[in-house]
Amino acid sequence: MQNLGINVLFKGSNMLRIAEGLFVTAKIAFISIAIGSLLGIVLGVIWTCKSKWIRLLCRIYLEAFRIIPILVWLFIFYFGITAELDIHLSGEITSVIVFTLWGIAEMGDIVRGALESLPKHQIESGKALGFNMRRLYLYILIPQAIRRMLPGVINLATRMVKTTSLVILIGVTDVIKVGQQIVELSRLEVPTASFWVYGFIFLLYFIICYPLSLLSKRLENKWIG
Amino acid sequence: MYKGSYEVLLEINDLYKEYDGVPVLNNFNLTVKKGEVVVVLGPSGCGKSTLLRCINGLEKIKGGDIKYRNKSLIDKDVNWQEIRQHIGMVFQSYDLFPHMTVIENITLGPLKVQKRNKSEVMEQAKILLERVGLLDRQNSYPRQLSGGQKQRIAIVRALCMNPEIMLFDEVTASLDPEMVREVLDVMLGLANQGMTMIIVTHEMSFARAVADKIVFVDNGSICEISDPDDFFTNPKAERAQQFLNIFQY
Repeated sequence: MQNLGINVLFKGSNMLRIAEGLFVTAKIAFISIAIGSLLGIVLGVIWTCKSKWIRLLCRIYLEAFRIIPILVWLFIFYFGITAELDIHLSGEITSVIVFTLWGIAEMGDIVRGALESLPKHQIESGKALGFNMRRLYLYILIPQAIRRMLPGVINLATRMVKTTSLVILIGVTDVIKVGQQIVELSRLEVPTASFWVYGFIFLLYFIICYPLSLLSKRLENKWIG
Repeated sequence: MYKGSYEVLLEINDLYKEYDGVPVLNNFNLTVKKGEVVVVLGPSGCGKSTLLRCINGLEKIKGGDIKYRNKSLIDKDVNWQEIRQHIGMVFQSYDLFPHMTVIENITLGPLKVQKRNKSEVMEQAKILLERVGLLDRQNSYPRQLSGGQKQRIAIVRALCMNPEIMLFDEVTASLDPEMVREVLDVMLGLANQGMTMIIVTHEMSFARAVADKIVFVDNGSICEISDPDDFFTNPKAERAQQFLNIFQY
């Protein structure tokens, strides 16, 4: 019987290894998204303050992550900073740090935009009811901003999931790296292996990202509809 | 038929306010006693709204003094969160919080700022809603309400903080004409119950009906303070006569 390419996926412990790789990808992405979102809200609130200098500082932070490729940031942390400070960071930890910093920057900008888009009257009527700034943000501004920023946040989250594929370049064995190894091992035996393995990984990314899109659509309908 | 007491709640002395060097309020003196209803009239841009915003600390004043119960509101250590619980304000825009239901809008301040007991607050909110005829809308969201309904809720929301003075900043100015009445009725009801109020409005017949005292402002200072009947039949200031003529059609 001819060796079907799809069997590569189920040969030996291949499926388990792909699952392990997927877990690494998902772990880096979701830890970064979670911490990035929370601290990003804090950054966004700070960003709306009146001080010109603080706003400039936030801007520079964001632009640093927008202008410099994430790959370069990974290299800076993995090779540069570790050598400079004479410490050792694993590839995974480095990835989480870089992706979190990126997430905070982008999330901060999304939160700032959402907060600034709220009508000024919301702040004044809150103040007129005796709210201090902390309560104003907590009960009135942030809950409204979250509804407005949802599309941007989901977009950011899917971008972060996809960009984790860069971590193989600092030696992290994520789902793509595992795929690469399997393809290389079985290429002679099964010439179509790369189609099946990468095709399957394509499907896995879709399975992670698509529910996020669905969730955002559902929440939008619920809140805005 | 003056129904105010002699207890002075608010005292404005020589108030001065400017925006970027342009004076908006100048040499402004006004005393408001407990139970008094003061209606502030004047052409657009004369500083009426700014006056209310200064009283509520939404604008910083540049000179003079505002005293609430003999406590100066220009000191650096004024606790505005505390003061604003005593001086409620309703704005022109229907600025309910869109992510909360009517009842949540009303009870948020009493529960989170004043930390009052939930069942007591709910009870008061329902009594107030009943009074403005909107008890059946307590679980609606603001987007499901008409402008007049939203504005009545905004008034209830301010009232539920148990303020001593209420400031109304052109609250009917952006309402459809047929909804103006329902909001004015609520305000008139409040006046009859003895609420101290400062009202900025362009509704002349309402002003005449509700006011104990008309304050006519032009170019940031007071041109005339008089009894409503005197003001509307026999205005003393020339500028006030011109202003009233605009409303004759």
